[in-house]
Amino acid sequence: MTITRELETPTTATSRHADLIASWQGTRTRGADIVCRSLVEEGVETVFGYPGGAVIPLYDAVPRYPFHHVLVRHEQMAAHMADGYARATGKVGVCFATSGPGATNLVTGIATAMMDSSPLVAITGNVVRYLIGKDGFQETDIIGVTLPITKHNFFCNTIEEIAPTLKKAFHLARTGRPGPVLVDIPKDCFTEEAEYRYPQVISMPGYKPTITPNHRQIRNAARLIREAHKPLIIAGQGVILANATEELRRLAESTHIPVVNTWLGLGSFPGNHPLAMGMLGMHGFAHTNRAVNRCDVLIAVGMRFDDRATGRIASFARNAKVIHMDIDPAEIGKNVRADVPVVGDAKASLRMLANELEPMRHDEWVAEIAAMAATYPCRVVPDVESSPALSAQYVLDRLSHLTDDEAVIATDVGQHQMWTAQYYVFNRPRQNITSGGLGTMGFGLPAAMGVQMAKPEAEVWAICGDGGFQMSLHELATIQQEGLPVKIAIINNGYLGMVRQWQDLFHQRNRSSTPITGPDLLLLAAAYGVPARRITTHTEVDEVIRWAQATPGPVLIDFQTERDANVYPMVEAGKGNDDMLFSDPTGEK
Amino acid sequence: MTTKYHTLVCLVEDQPGVLNRVMSLFRRRMFNAESVTVGHSEQSGLSRMTFVVNGDDETVEQVTKQLYKLLEVIKVTDLTEEPHVRRELALVKLNASAANRAEIMQLTQIYNGKVLDVSPTQMVVEIAGPADKIDAFLGLMQPSGIREISRTGTVVMTRPSAGADTPIRLREDVA
Repeated sequence: MTITRELETPTTATSRHADLIASWQGTRTRGADIVCRSLVEEGVETVFGYPGGAVIPLYDAVPRYPFHHVLVRHEQMAAHMADGYARATGKVGVCFATSGPGATNLVTGIATAMMDSSPLVAITGNVVRYLIGKDGFQETDIIGVTLPITKHNFFCNTIEEIAPTLKKAFHLARTGRPGPVLVDIPKDCFTEEAEYRYPQVISMPGYKPTITPNHRQIRNAARLIREAHKPLIIAGQGVILANATEELRRLAESTHIPVVNTWLGLGSFPGNHPLAMGMLGMHGFAHTNRAVNRCDVLIAVGMRFDDRATGRIASFARNAKVIHMDIDPAEIGKNVRADVPVVGDAKASLRMLANELEPMRHDEWVAEIAAMAATYPCRVVPDVESSPALSAQYVLDRLSHLTDDEAVIATDVGQHQMWTAQYYVFNRPRQNITSGGLGTMGFGLPAAMGVQMAKPEAEVWAICGDGGFQMSLHELATIQQEGLPVKIAIINNGYLGMVRQWQDLFHQRNRSSTPITGPDLLLLAAAYGVPARRITTHTEVDEVIRWAQATPGPVLIDFQTERDANVYPMVEAGKGNDDMLFSDPTGEK
Repeated sequence: MTTKYHTLVCLVEDQPGVLNRVMSLFRRRMFNAESVTVGHSEQSGLSRMTFVVNGDDETVEQVTKQLYKLLEVIKVTDLTEEPHVRRELALVKLNASAANRAEIMQLTQIYNGKVLDVSPTQMVVEIAGPADKIDAFLGLMQPSGIREISRTGTVVMTRPSAGADTPIRLREDVA
């Protein structure tokens, strides 16, 4: 029995180098060249990486090929940049690292991409084959290490495996539910010679993502929606990954169903749309969480019911029949029981569902949510007249007003991240770049850089706390080296603010290890040749944002914000989403 | 939620590290595997794994779905409700002197076992059957003094005589 399944040859951007690619086929070359040629075949234009002993032969070949290599200052940042690049474009992000510490430094970046379904191919060198398993210098079993944090990983034991393995890696990374794939290649495979031929057909009998959903389930979903009085859509990142934002908008408009977003789903539905209800969850809007608990049919599309989104499962959407649409069958029924499971690509699923449904109106239900929104106003900007300390919410609200839909916002992790989700109005997919699943501090700056590498003309902002920025500030050197015009906004409150908030609310204000000092950011920026300004008052905010936009190249703004501000509303971990805090219950703040 | 033992049969590509991937998945997702066996199948390049897992229906469904996400996994079948034969093999080393040797041999015969080795003070017997039959045999041997047990874990196969013909092979659309 043959177990071959033909996979389509990717056509992405390869035509640019078609003649070059054609000239390579059947020629003898080294393993390092096979790696580089495979990348060109896959349409790779940018690689983020850091050389080291095991990949010296690989780097020997790199200058000969038509892709740009970005030398980072730490391998973790190479993975985050490749991730940012992938999130902004939908293309596969690629990073290189050497064996041992180089490979293990990628781990956090790979885990970040895994949690957020970001397509990544990480290529690591390893020690020469006769040293594998002998604890050779800089040897790490990176296949073992990354087993649970990759969609799949491969060890190339022969030079002949390199090209087919890379073809599989790219196919796996970008299809189905996207994710990171690691390919580990021993050093001596880079230096051996073999005939180069990029395979047209590869065999992966165990890999067959379902794209077109079951039509019967679509009809079941349509029946539930037709009978519903209070239907609600929750749109997640799957809508963005499937390029299904138009299909989502058409369905929502024709059926008049309000749309709630998950955090990573922000941008899948225009934030300024009359049916847009904003984000649900721990720091979601109160009326949004209440709408979820009042709806009678929940249409969850391209999302995985993360605990930060659902709160206590027992009280989540307890009146609703659940239609769960996702490309990953394992997500259906994992956290929330689905009455109608729809396995498939969001684009195909939404289109088929829209075709089953006639236009309808839900005016009463939409008015009910609007009334709740009036009771619990969201995006409230603190009264800047009466508060002398600079409010971070005000800064992010102004940034939302002063940048247009073309700006891309990459955040780090913490309070500023939640305020960005709350106050920045995302109208466009791939505009909101954030580490949602893993919550990786240090992600913001390199992710913004990856976005900027992919979109040199775009206005790209990195919004970081002073804590997370200090985990990645060495990448200012890479910004300078590449001339990346990233606008860096530091929400500087001298605390690891989100942890400080939890300490204040749930640990009797025991601010253990959360006050954090940092360098003089203006001197630091000057050392890297980045123009910088420090802002302490509300009156300067608009002007400094316009200054950043008008200044060519990178800039850094040190927003010295109120030290003790908390993110509200908030659902305490383990509580239901309708049990929200709007202020410190102890009344002190 | 009621838990029970489910027997899953899993056809996998015979790649290096496949057992590692499967067991890493079980550990990470907190799935409790009572027994795991692996061996070649009738198709070259494919191995058949048998798991006995304890869990409620939702957990077993998650196990199945998560297994399918592994690239090497071709097919997962839950045989619990299908008519099937199931066998496990155990090797048992017992204290056996002239005084009780005859009794052990008699009991081994009743259980369709085999004596594989005899020394003046010990014996090795082989016993095959469903896990509960082996448990029962071991219970009987307890008074003699069991020195060592080596069990293979359960393997199963559908029973064609009962009309059960679950094809645990590649899906047609793949062939």
